[in-house]
Amino acid sequence: MPVPSLEDFMSRAYTMELEATERYAQFAEQLDTHNNREVAQLFRKLSEIEALHAKRILEEMGWPSVPALPPAFAWSGAEAPETAPFDSLHYLMQPYHALEIALRCELEAVKYFDDIAAGAAPQRVRAAAKEMADEEREHVALIKQWMKKVPRPAAGWDEDPDPPRIAG
Amino acid sequence: MKPTPSVSVALAGSGGAGVMTAGNMLLEAAALAGYYGLMTRTSGPQIRGGEAAAMLRVATFPTDGQDDRFQVLAAIDWQNVGRFAAELPLAPGSIIVGDPAQGEPPEVFTRSGARYLPVPLKQLAGQLAGAWPNMVALGVLAGLIGLSFESVEAAAKKAMKKGLEAGIAAARLGFSQASSLEGFSLEKPPSSSARWLITGNEAAGYGALRGGVRFVAAYPITPATELLEWLAPALAKVGGTLVQAEDELASINMALGASYGGVPSLTATSGPGLALMIEALGLGVAAEVPVVVVDVMRTGPSTGIATKSEQADLNIALYGMHGDAPHIVVAPNSLADCVAATAWAVGLAESLQVPAIVLSDQYFGQARAVVDAPVLEKQSLERLKAEGAEGYKRYALTESGISPMAIPGTRGTAYTADGLEHNEGGTPSSQTADHLAQMDKRARKVSQLDPGDAWASIEGEGETAVLTFGSCTGPVREAMARNGKGVKLVSLRLLSPAQPERLRKALEGVKRVLVVEQNHSGQFLRYLRSEYQLPGEVRSLRRPGPLPFRPEEVRQELLNWEETA
Amino acid sequence: MNAPFAAAALQPKDFKSGYKPVWCPGCGDYSVLTGVTKALAMLELRPENVAVVSGIGCSSRIPAYTNCYGFHGVHGRALPAATGLKVARPELTVLVASGDGDGYSIGGNHFLHACRRNVDLTYIVMDNHVYGMTKGQPSPTTEPDWRSKLAPGGTGLREFHPLVIALASGANFIARGFSGDPNGLAALIAEAVRHPGFYFLEVLSPCVTFRPEQRGWKEAVHPAPVAPTDDPGRAARRLMTDDGFNIGVLYKGSRAPFTGMAAAPTDSPEDLECLFRL
Repeated sequence: MPVPSLEDFMSRAYTMELEATERYAQFAEQLDTHNNREVAQLFRKLSEIEALHAKRILEEMGWPSVPALPPAFAWSGAEAPETAPFDSLHYLMQPYHALEIALRCELEAVKYFDDIAAGAAPQRVRAAAKEMADEEREHVALIKQWMKKVPRPAAGWDEDPDPPRIAG
Repeated sequence: MKPTPSVSVALAGSGGAGVMTAGNMLLEAAALAGYYGLMTRTSGPQIRGGEAAAMLRVATFPTDGQDDRFQVLAAIDWQNVGRFAAELPLAPGSIIVGDPAQGEPPEVFTRSGARYLPVPLKQLAGQLAGAWPNMVALGVLAGLIGLSFESVEAAAKKAMKKGLEAGIAAARLGFSQASSLEGFSLEKPPSSSARWLITGNEAAGYGALRGGVRFVAAYPITPATELLEWLAPALAKVGGTLVQAEDELASINMALGASYGGVPSLTATSGPGLALMIEALGLGVAAEVPVVVVDVMRTGPSTGIATKSEQADLNIALYGMHGDAPHIVVAPNSLADCVAATAWAVGLAESLQVPAIVLSDQYFGQARAVVDAPVLEKQSLERLKAEGAEGYKRYALTESGISPMAIPGTRGTAYTADGLEHNEGGTPSSQTADHLAQMDKRARKVSQLDPGDAWASIEGEGETAVLTFGSCTGPVREAMARNGKGVKLVSLRLLSPAQPERLRKALEGVKRVLVVEQNHSGQFLRYLRSEYQLPGEVRSLRRPGPLPFRPEEVRQELLNWEETA
Repeated sequence: MNAPFAAAALQPKDFKSGYKPVWCPGCGDYSVLTGVTKALAMLELRPENVAVVSGIGCSSRIPAYTNCYGFHGVHGRALPAATGLKVARPELTVLVASGDGDGYSIGGNHFLHACRRNVDLTYIVMDNHVYGMTKGQPSPTTEPDWRSKLAPGGTGLREFHPLVIALASGANFIARGFSGDPNGLAALIAEAVRHPGFYFLEVLSPCVTFRPEQRGWKEAVHPAPVAPTDDPGRAARRLMTDDGFNIGVLYKGSRAPFTGMAAAPTDSPEDLECLFRL
């Protein structure tokens, strides 16, 4: 989808951050409901970080209110590049898994902005996209560091001693 | 013959003989002549062409019960009419009118000692182009019970769209035949008053509209179909609608959906349909969605006898739902009461936000009667609706148990109506305290209902009381009128919630209680025993459908008891 | 500088209630909920003018998760309840949520008749080929060889084909969505609400707990290769032969919807006494 102006670009960037904020918050809620407090906490933190990014865009652009999605707006994928799909979760997941999800999202975001920076958009848009891509790269690095601090899940992490009653 | 206050006649024949049309005209003629009366019908299981009988009673007093005997049985033909012998009791003084060309009357009728008067119905009709034997029979019957021919003519004019002249001429032939026969005569009609000619099904439909119903979902079932058929055009006139559903599960759920939307809603059915609706009625209880089901009872269990009456759905109406599910059960106790009882049930359902079942039956539903025009007082039983409010709680624990119901479209009060147990706000909850609080709330609002005098009809005074409900009430009333003393009638109209304190007061001084009901197991007696304290000795007079109680049976039961007491 | 686009009256999150879903993490139904809230925001509706009606099952928990008016009825009966509501209150937007057990098994008869009745409803069926709430029994859309405690050797029964059955029952609008694409779902739901008449939207919505292999559906789905047809014969052939993973609008008819309540009353109930008066 062409990105005709800086305003348009920034509203997409804002929407990306906002959707990521909301999705991580939903993930936090889901894991809260399923008594996985540790990962819920982590997703809540991720949500807060994304919310800060969204807020910064509003401030940078001097927008007084939240822009809405443009009519007939669509991402090339199913959702915004930084939004983790709902099926990423497992009720027994560990912090490492959550960070893997975050890492995938940040990498998607890098790719999205890189593509625009290298594309045919107006110069101001490409410059802004480059800046955004660099910022996302920093996030990628941060998450990678973070991943080193949490234990890697052992094999069989998803085994439940009270398993679902599937096979006969 | 000495004039009597009541004469009963039956007109029978095979399909195509037109006995129902002629019967309806005879009832209309009696009504136009100033009499009260009713017509019930019985028929074989065939869709078309089966044997059928119109059973009429013409009287100087309002009645919706059948008499002990028929004075006249007329038959266009005798094919399979003998199957109705139990429903058409005759006596030595009775007259059997039959067409000799159709053979002799069956022995099941003649052994009563009734006189046989052959009238060549078909041959007489054959004298006139376009005339039918049923119109000749109509004339014979009118003549035999002493109605004026003018009233027959007026009734024919109202009813017949084609062949009117031939029809009237045929009736006149029959009428003049009767003048040479020794028949019966009725006492003078009572002074005129405002009267309606109505079936119980129409009455229930009309009561529903008066109660405020504007949405009806319908699935056809004998003997409730006519109620729905009456409502279809009537609803369109009053700004409502009727949707034909794919089954009873759909019809009750459609009614719940419409009612949730704020429109008072109803469906009508019979036993098999009620059984299918029970789960959804429980939803109405839990989610507190008002809805009314009119159950026009027929014989059960299972398909039973679809065309015949029984009071055997009392158990399912009272106790059919799973879980503890307080709700309303109302029973009209006369054909005309189908109007008021149904309107009342709508009001109770709406005001208490609860399902209400109206127990009518095939006897009321498919009988057509001349009744004094019912006077419906305006009832102020309306749904308590929520205005947009901060902190709205759909299932708030109020003192009355009734909490304001938000109607979709109202801002600020959106909630989810839920069959899952929930907390005050309507959020699903599996917590003990919420379950208990909501159970208490739902029980409270129903038990705190103050029905005033409407809970029962109490008539007469005496040490013997008859407890009954529904269509058994008519024969009991008539038995009491004949007996003349010492009996008190308590006919319950509000069956749930039970009114033990009111019944205790009503039975003060009573030493004997006769419980009259039309079912095999004594469902009403068991209900009374479990919900009430009955004084003194209790006896049960019961039998399953389809035979209605006759006044004399009830009177004899009372007499015998008093003599042995 | 002004925002480039006028802010919508309400955001998707404004259509969510504070009540937390009980669905398993990873469940496709979260995505349907997101699709619903996005569609409602996109349509600039207000929650009080929308009713979400459902029966019983995982899918059917949706109403309470929105802050629209909700009706969470009994198992299999969402369509009749929604029909009653919509006919009685035609000005409301009525969404119906169901699953393959609720909608195709216990509620199967209502499905047929809702298709032919064509009341203006948006019918969203979250199909995961399993009963989830009762913990893993085969549903009408379950593959014949899928083994479970209740059917240890598989059901041996061929799957129910909801789209073909909808078409044969007279459905006027048939679409398939995928829970992995919440924005695509939002667009389909918005179209469904705008469409006058019954709109059947089957959503492939994986059950990650009892059918974890359905996580693979995201690789299987693809946009329908051709534009929607309005020819039922052609649609029948397409639906019968498609691989079950075509996403998009698959049939689009033009039958007039079922009309609601009668116009203004012409009589009061008392006026009808003339029918009985002697």
